[in-house]
Amino acid sequence: MEITFRDAVTVIHGMGFGALLLLAFSGAAAALYALSSSSTPWRPSGRDVILLRSYFWGMALLAWLAVLAGAYVVYPWYRAHPPAGAVDLSGFPKALLMSSPATSEWHDIGMEWKEHLAWFSPISLTAVAWLVGRYATALKEMKGVRNTVVGLLVLGFFATAVPGFFGAMLNKYAPVRGGPNIVLMRGEAHDK
Amino acid sequence: MTNSDTHPTNGAAAATLLSVGLGGLVLGILALAGDALPAVAKALNIWNPTGPLAGVTLAAILVWLATWLVLARLWSARTLNMSLVGGVSAAMILAGLLLTFPPFMDLLQGK
Repeated sequence: MEITFRDAVTVIHGMGFGALLLLAFSGAAAALYALSSSSTPWRPSGRDVILLRSYFWGMALLAWLAVLAGAYVVYPWYRAHPPAGAVDLSGFPKALLMSSPATSEWHDIGMEWKEHLAWFSPISLTAVAWLVGRYATALKEMKGVRNTVVGLLVLGFFATAVPGFFGAMLNKYAPVRGGPNIVLMRGEAHDK
Repeated sequence: MTNSDTHPTNGAAAATLLSVGLGGLVLGILALAGDALPAVAKALNIWNPTGPLAGVTLAAILVWLATWLVLARLWSARTLNMSLVGGVSAAMILAGLLLTFPPFMDLLQGK
C-alpha cells in the first residue's frame, strides 16, 4: 500500500483540512443555536466561552491551512505545464483535463471557481471566530450581530463545500500525483 | 445608543462584516480583471507557480484586513444600523461571489 508524496499532500489538503472543516460546521451551528436562541436558558460560563472561542478559531485555522496548502503547494503541481510534445499528461492534471472536451469544464468551471471562491472561507470564518469571541454572551439580545455571525457562517460553509466538491471531482478525473512513493504497508500480490 | 450599558456596541461587528464584504468584492473584481486583461494578470503574477492567484488573493486579504482595522477603530464604540451595513455587505459579498463564477465572468467579457 503506497501513496505518492503529492497524493499525500493533496489528501492532507482536502481531507485533513477541508473535510474536517466541513464536519466542524455542524458543531458550529449547534453552538450558535445554543448561544443565540431565546428558548434555551443556557448562559455560557467563562470556561464555556474560552472553549467556544477555541472551537471557532480552530475552524478558521483549518480554513487558512486548507487554502494555503491548496494554493501554494497543490495548485502549482496541478497547473504545471507539460513539455512540448508530451503524450503522457498524467503528471500534468490541468493539461490532462483540458485535452478532452469531456473533462475540460472540470477545469474551466471547477478549478477556475474553486481557486477564488475558497478564499471566502478563511476570511468569513476568521470574522466569525472574532465575533463569537467578542459577543458570545450577548448574541441572544443582539439580533443584528447574531444575523451577521449566522450569515458569515453560511458564507463560510458555501465557500468550503463548493470547492470541496470540485476538489474531489477534479482529483477523480486528474489526480495530482508524483514525487517519491511513501510505503504505508507491505503486501503480497494475489489473484483474489 | 442602545443597551450600551449592558452589552457591547455593535460597531465592531459592523466593521467586521463590512470589511468581509469589501474584501470579497475586491477578490471578485481582481479575479475578473486578471482573467480579462493580460496586463493585470501579469501585474498580479507575483509568484509564477500560482499565476495571478497569489496576487489576487493577497490584495484582497490586505484590503480586508486594512478595512477591518480602520473601521474597527472608527466604529468600535458606536452603535450602527446593522440592517444597512448588512445589506451593503451582502450586496458586496454576492457581487464578489458572482465575479468569481467563471460563466458569469465569461458573460461579462462577451465570451
